[in-house]
Amino acid sequence: MPNKNFFWFFLPAGLAMILFIGLPIISTGIQSFYAQHDQILINVKKCDPFGCKESVVVDQEATSKIREEKPLGKFNGFKTYIDRNHLATDQVSEFWEESKSFGEFIGKVGNLPFYKALVFTLTYCIIVTPCVLLLGFVIALSLNAISRKIRGPLIFGTILPMIVTPLVGSLVLFWMIDAEGIIGANLQILMDDPYLSVKSSKSLTWITIIIYGIWHHSPFAFVVFYAALQTVPQEPLEASIIDGASRLQRVIHIVLPHIYPVVTFVALISLMDNFRVFEPIIGFSAEGSAQSLSWLIYDNLVNEEVILFGSAAATSIMTIIGISIILAPVLIRTWREFRTNR
Amino acid sequence: MDYGLDKKSNSLKTFNTIFIVIWLLIACFPFIWTFWGSFKVRADFFSRADWWYAITAFNTLIETGVRFTTEAYSGAWFEGEFWKASRNTIIVTVSVVSISLFLGTLGAYALSRSTKNYAFWILIIALIFRAMPHITLVSGYLFPFFQLQIWGILPTTIVVLVAINQPFTLWLLYSFFKTVPKELDESALIDGCSYFQTFRHIIMPVMWPGVITAGLFSLMLAYNDFTVTALLLNQENHTMVPKIQSYLGTNQHEGNLMWAVSSVVSATAPLFILVMFFQRQIISGLTAGAVKG
Repeated sequence: MPNKNFFWFFLPAGLAMILFIGLPIISTGIQSFYAQHDQILINVKKCDPFGCKESVVVDQEATSKIREEKPLGKFNGFKTYIDRNHLATDQVSEFWEESKSFGEFIGKVGNLPFYKALVFTLTYCIIVTPCVLLLGFVIALSLNAISRKIRGPLIFGTILPMIVTPLVGSLVLFWMIDAEGIIGANLQILMDDPYLSVKSSKSLTWITIIIYGIWHHSPFAFVVFYAALQTVPQEPLEASIIDGASRLQRVIHIVLPHIYPVVTFVALISLMDNFRVFEPIIGFSAEGSAQSLSWLIYDNLVNEEVILFGSAAATSIMTIIGISIILAPVLIRTWREFRTNR
Repeated sequence: MDYGLDKKSNSLKTFNTIFIVIWLLIACFPFIWTFWGSFKVRADFFSRADWWYAITAFNTLIETGVRFTTEAYSGAWFEGEFWKASRNTIIVTVSVVSISLFLGTLGAYALSRSTKNYAFWILIIALIFRAMPHITLVSGYLFPFFQLQIWGILPTTIVVLVAINQPFTLWLLYSFFKTVPKELDESALIDGCSYFQTFRHIIMPVMWPGVITAGLFSLMLAYNDFTVTALLLNQENHTMVPKIQSYLGTNQHEGNLMWAVSSVVSATAPLFILVMFFQRQIISGLTAGAVKG
């Protein structure tokens, strides 16, 4: 297709992506260097019959005036990135000096908001992604062995957790594990502890969110693996049966190598999706014990008094950097393949 | 062809069946349970005394006189103005699907028929854009949208959702267009069609399965979105998902939990019906990018 035709065909889609994905990323970058204005304080002398007192009050007029003139806030450079709510360099070096052991240092750093969120996000990614791959593959193998006639409805049932929005999915589970819900109540009976509550324990909340993640994402892995299994050639499988390969050997030596490219695809997609984990935290009302990077940004943006644009933007930029690190190996590989093909 | 070489032992078959049954139970039971519970009163579905009340409808019988009550539904839909949210959802979903299909088919067709290097780079950039967490994009939108005073209204959200959806739509349709033989275009071009005429009259008619799949995915994205709609729409214009969240209540005001339960069911039911009819397309769509490329 000539360049001119390509341009006109691609223009609408390209424009939409540049305006609403490309520019916002740049805008986030700019915002991250600014911080909201401080309130302007003035000294007021207040006199009453018992004498004069000097007090400091907020000059509402001047504050709103400067906010109107410079809505972006004041220039802050990299200060937002290193403040207590983000990388917290001062605190980290302080902890490094005063901590007696490495474990104590890690424990202290893990309590800073940004690192806390980072730890949760990474834990979630590292546990959920392999579990999703494994469970999805097992379900696909298992469904593939079942009679074709009843597969349709079974597939429908299997993909239900994937098609509902994460907020709804997590709410549905949350209501069940609630102390007043079916699973929560039965857990109390089972553990013989009438005060057992998934909500109040940090580790139990983490486990719940991780189980939810596996429940929600496995169907996606299943669908892709299931379709890939349909393309596995029969001849090598039959040859291996004649040669006496066991079922497990067939899966490891014939099926897995055949669907290997699909496995990397699913791993990449679920890693990207797991890194942005956010809605389950709202659905499970887990803000107290589990925070993710995306949740930190959301929290800044729904701040009641002043929306913390700068703080949200700084976290966003660091999240984007995180995503790029995850994507980098794939991009480098694609580029190499592209170069050798040319 | 199956020569019957692969003999499965009975114990393996039983094990397999048990596994599938357990998995289906895990996958579906939460929805069945919520659907059942939405016809009860709060004291039953969230019973302090005994979870078995949710099945026997002990309190529902006392409070309403029947075992199945639609109180939660009428409350959410009328008093809670869920009808407004569902109307907004319909507007947003229909617009997002039609606009993103229009942009997506044009763009993906161009990408699939171009042999230049830049087509490859555009696809890579689209992949990077696809990986961006939506909340980071929203944090980029909020400030400019406040300044331009286009925050809170439906058209802004529609355009944003279309754009967020474009990378995935492009990739999906690209892999579908790749399966349409190039000879088809070439013969049309030789016969004197312009590129647009070729696209409109020759390629689109054979592309319907791909377009339906891409449409379904745009629909699911627009229908299910929480991040963008919750932060870019004002209270009045909220769609279903943020509306459900508002029923949950916050520290400041108490929500109405049964409204949330019934609206979760109301929001999920249309989606399930849709998937039931279009299951094949969804599966082919998820695998199109993966298996072929």
